[in-house]
Amino acid sequence: MAGLRSGFGRYTHAIVRGIPESLAKEALRTGTGEEVDLAKAQREEEAYVEVLRTQLGLEVVELPADESLPDCVFVEDAAVVCGDTALITIPGAPSRRRETEAIKAALKDLNLNIVEMADENATLDGGDVLFTGQEFFVGLSKRTNQRGAEILADAFKDYAVSTVPVMEGLHLKSFCSMGGPGLIVIGSSEPAQKALKTMQQMSDHRYDKLTVPDDGAANCIYMNLPNKGHVLLHCTPEQYPESAKVFEKLKDYTLIPLSNLEKVKVDGALTCCSVLINKKANM
Amino acid sequence: MTTEVGSETEVKEKAEESVAQSEPSENVTEETNEVANIEGEVEESQKEKDGKEGKGISRYLPTWLKKQKSQSQTSPTKEIPLTEKTAGKVRQEEEVNGHAEEVEEKEAGKSDQVKEKEAECHSSTSADTEPAKEEKVQESPEKSLEKAEVTKEGEGEKEQKKEQEGKAEGQQEGEEGQNSIFQSPLRLVRKAKMKLVVCHVTLLDETVYTCEVEKRAKGQYLFFKVCEHLNLLEKDYFGLTYVDSHDQKCWLDPTKEIKRQIRSNNWQFAFNVKFYPPDPSQLTEDITRYLLCLQLREDVASGRLPCSFVTHTLLGSYTLQAEFGDYEPDQPRPVDYINHQTFAPNQNKEMEEKIVELHKSHRGMTPAQADSQFLENAKKLSMYGVDLHHAKDSEGVDIMLGVCANGLLVYKDRLRINRFAWPKILKISYKRNNFYIKIRPGETEQFESTVGFKLQNHRSAKRLWKVCVENHSFFRLNTPEPPTKARFLTLGSKFRYSGRTQAQTRLASTLIDRPAPSFERTSSKRISRSLDGAPVISITEAGKDGAENGRELHSDSKDHDKTQEEVLKHQASISQLKRSFMEAPPPSPPQPNQWETRLTSSPTTTMRVQQQIVVSEPQAEAAAAADNTPSDTKEPVKTTEVEIEEMVVVKEVSKAPKPGIVTVTVSSPAEQETREQEVPVVQEVPVLVEAIVKKQESVSSESESDGEAEYHPNVSVSISHTQIPEEKEEDEELEKEEEKRPENDVLVVDASSPPAEGSQPVEVTSRQAEESSIEKAGEEKEEEVDEMEESTDDPMVTPDEAPNGLTPHEESVITMAGPAEEEEEPKMNGEAALVQTEPRPQVICCSEPPVVKTEMVTISDTFAAQKTEIATKEVPIVHTETKTITYEAAQLDGSGDGEPGVLMTAQTITSESLCTTTTTHITKTLKGGLSETRIEKRIVITGDCDIDHDEALAQAIKEAKEQHPDMSVTRVVVHKETELAEEED
Repeated sequence: MAGLRSGFGRYTHAIVRGIPESLAKEALRTGTGEEVDLAKAQREEEAYVEVLRTQLGLEVVELPADESLPDCVFVEDAAVVCGDTALITIPGAPSRRRETEAIKAALKDLNLNIVEMADENATLDGGDVLFTGQEFFVGLSKRTNQRGAEILADAFKDYAVSTVPVMEGLHLKSFCSMGGPGLIVIGSSEPAQKALKTMQQMSDHRYDKLTVPDDGAANCIYMNLPNKGHVLLHCTPEQYPESAKVFEKLKDYTLIPLSNLEKVKVDGALTCCSVLINKKANM
Repeated sequence: MTTEVGSETEVKEKAEESVAQSEPSENVTEETNEVANIEGEVEESQKEKDGKEGKGISRYLPTWLKKQKSQSQTSPTKEIPLTEKTAGKVRQEEEVNGHAEEVEEKEAGKSDQVKEKEAECHSSTSADTEPAKEEKVQESPEKSLEKAEVTKEGEGEKEQKKEQEGKAEGQQEGEEGQNSIFQSPLRLVRKAKMKLVVCHVTLLDETVYTCEVEKRAKGQYLFFKVCEHLNLLEKDYFGLTYVDSHDQKCWLDPTKEIKRQIRSNNWQFAFNVKFYPPDPSQLTEDITRYLLCLQLREDVASGRLPCSFVTHTLLGSYTLQAEFGDYEPDQPRPVDYINHQTFAPNQNKEMEEKIVELHKSHRGMTPAQADSQFLENAKKLSMYGVDLHHAKDSEGVDIMLGVCANGLLVYKDRLRINRFAWPKILKISYKRNNFYIKIRPGETEQFESTVGFKLQNHRSAKRLWKVCVENHSFFRLNTPEPPTKARFLTLGSKFRYSGRTQAQTRLASTLIDRPAPSFERTSSKRISRSLDGAPVISITEAGKDGAENGRELHSDSKDHDKTQEEVLKHQASISQLKRSFMEAPPPSPPQPNQWETRLTSSPTTTMRVQQQIVVSEPQAEAAAAADNTPSDTKEPVKTTEVEIEEMVVVKEVSKAPKPGIVTVTVSSPAEQETREQEVPVVQEVPVLVEAIVKKQESVSSESESDGEAEYHPNVSVSISHTQIPEEKEEDEELEKEEEKRPENDVLVVDASSPPAEGSQPVEVTSRQAEESSIEKAGEEKEEEVDEMEESTDDPMVTPDEAPNGLTPHEESVITMAGPAEEEEEPKMNGEAALVQTEPRPQVICCSEPPVVKTEMVTISDTFAAQKTEIATKEVPIVHTETKTITYEAAQLDGSGDGEPGVLMTAQTITSESLCTTTTTHITKTLKGGLSETRIEKRIVITGDCDIDHDEALAQAIKEAKEQHPDMSVTRVVVHKETELAEEED
């Protein structure tokens, strides 16, 4: 009887994946930044999983890293889960296509309805999919095309799916994410603001926005957990001092800063590293 | 005119008209002599016709008999369109033998016709009030037949009739057998008006409700009938649909005759949800929610409302709970039901099992609760309440346009690629198969932008446009027709949402005070109900509906049945109306009825738009006006210019939407303070002109119910509803058309001929006329500029008829200047009519530059004869039609603009609403120590229907005065542009 879209931010399970050593040198990156310190990156990942499992009490499914898939830690791109339906994507980067196999298996084990993208021409990265609780926004980026978005719309028929051009950055969620029910956290760069405008225009719903100075800081993870209320995993003050201050102003939130200094070098954001699932709604 | 009673149809038409207009019986009686004469004529003419047609005696059969017959064929009729008093008599006779009645009817018919004619001739202005009609009928029992003919009129007396219904039924049935002999196809055609037709309305539970309605009944009538049957009070969310000749589902316009809309003899309708309430829980009654559920079940099952597997199962389970109550393992019914019921387009066993499983969990839930739960889930679906239309974007890419409570959505495949919330949309218009929305500029943008989409054809574009207008009105407005100010603007488009808005219906719902009605749910119905049991509604019952219906019908018939004489009368009355409008600022707004009655019957063999504008300036009135504005002394003379531009786009061949633009400029220069107000109104009036054949039809339709053949830009709003020929009519009677054509011509002439109006000269403008008038006006400083009277003009009728779908262009400019001094000479007298016969007429006189510069024809004053000639001769290749009416008030010194003065301030304000754009320029100048304020308002109305120039003008002036009582109106220009679209389909 839960009905549609109740309990936004409620999760029971999370799928994560280890960091392969190949990440440091072979992972795709948009910039030419510094070299990734693998050890540090792995430590970040451990902290991340620890928070999910211990602090938040989620059931975490840890998939082993695959050296042949340098980007495999970023599981978000391989699947989009909403309700008890999981859409297995076709990542835009050819080198990442095989990442979906393990994810798919894991999701199947969780008894989710698996939907695969049949169209070879379609590409979709989970990082381009923003689910607000009311609807989907799909960024049309280097990694995601129209066809991919269409398939997503077909997989989640209950929801409106609007497309948002992503002018800069890798993914739609490279500069935005949900910070709560009806609250969009958005970076302050021009492309980010433009994308936000687009989203606001396309939506029948009204969203509040939380603007942070750094686009990278706008990617955070919101959860609404029993006994914990609003939870927000966000950037650390070390990484984005100004943006961190903005988050700190949120009231009634359990704020959990998570360091992401290494992964960000290969365009990894907080949301990238997990697929969150709410199994409770599932009967 | 009486002498012209040449053709049967004409006579008939007149008769009808007269009936419609029904004048006080007094008049009728006074003129017995004439009646007699006329009677003779009529008789003869009838006989002649009869002979020709070979119908013999059958000709004289009362039309109502025919109706009865038709009724009997389909279903038992409850009603008899006779008045109580006479009814008894007639019936008895009928029973005895069919012939007796015939005779009686015949006589009655004659007398009626005669009387009517008289009435027409003698009463110049007709105040048609229903009460009058009724009185008439009752007073003279003989006329009962007449009444019978126009069944609609009888509605007022519904109750009385009701009592007699039972009796009548039996009798009628008996009679029919006899009468049937006399009926010939021709007759049927001719008398089709009175016919009853059987409507089949498919309800949401898939049962068919059958009822009879008068053939000319409006959509509303049938709709109310259905709602009554359903016991539905919150009916504003619903509507009736029909499938048009192109297999498209269309909403039945409640304000228009059904017959005109369906355009076929397929009287099949479906009862559907028209506006999906965003929050169904706010509905007051369970029965309303139940009906909404039924609609949504269908939407979901058909795939129109897509939803996920989970949602399908959830909704399905609520449906089971609502229909069958708690899950009972032993009870096989739900299972059967499931098997026969479609819950989803791709329903499968797994889904059904899941549905049953969920059903179990709903134990204890009442049907109403289950419905509510169903709705709570359904309303969240992204496509809930979204009405999709196929279209292409500017690049030819296939998209879907979705109209919903919040605005317009653009989809490509399943993706939403754009969205235009209602508040963001300034204007919605369509032109041919293009659909446009004008978007409010964003924070950072400076200019509004217009987004265009291509639809399959103009019909689709128009349908989309209408849906948009209705949805916007329903969900965004508090009331469909805003008061005064807005009112002027609303002149623009004829088509309006005519029902209650959501806000109103919610309010109304709060007043519902009845025990929750019990209703049968589908499941139980299926088992017990039989179609035969469906209630049948007869006209008489319809009559009961209430004064509302009756009136509407009446007015309708008025509009439709017009004779030449009426035209004249109308012109006269129009001028009077205008006068009153212009002179008295405060007076009540134009009465729809009067405007409606105004004649516009343009016989259009071709598509022409006839406009009759009467401008006259009565001195007396002027004086009165003077009172309003302080004359001499201290107060500066104020002048206001009102410019109204109207654009009407007329499509040919197939129905074409006509976008019209009306611009009204009002400027009032005053000595001390001069203000100019320009109120340009641009309206897009979609007018459909049909190909030749169709045109003919339309003409014929006129005969039947006139409105269609005429495309009058002048039509008042109310009229427009009924008259706009947005849709082709059925051609039931080509013959009639032909017969009528001659009449039409005559009519045209009459119409064009200037009505003799009173006191002041009628001005028609041609350029010269204008100029002269202006100059004079300028000379005079007296007051009253405001009070211009009116000059009538029938501007242009452009005939376009080319079979190829050429469109006529017309442009007429009328200038009205208030005479400064009391009686001035008429600036222009009369009417100089310039008519160009060339295929592409050029604008001869325009006070202002024509909005449309290409292919314009200006006819300042057209004589009917000339008009008709043109009409027939020309095959204009004009695509747009423009009409401009300019009113210039006397200006203080020569020209107010003449003196430069010192510019103090200037500002421009632009405001836009859905269909109108208002631009206001306010300039303050210092002239010789006096400051002058000029306000120019330009209002552009884009709409789908014809604009009534006269009304627009009058309104513009009136409003200008109301808003700026201290200023005077110096100039009013109404420019109308009609596009005649050639049609593809």
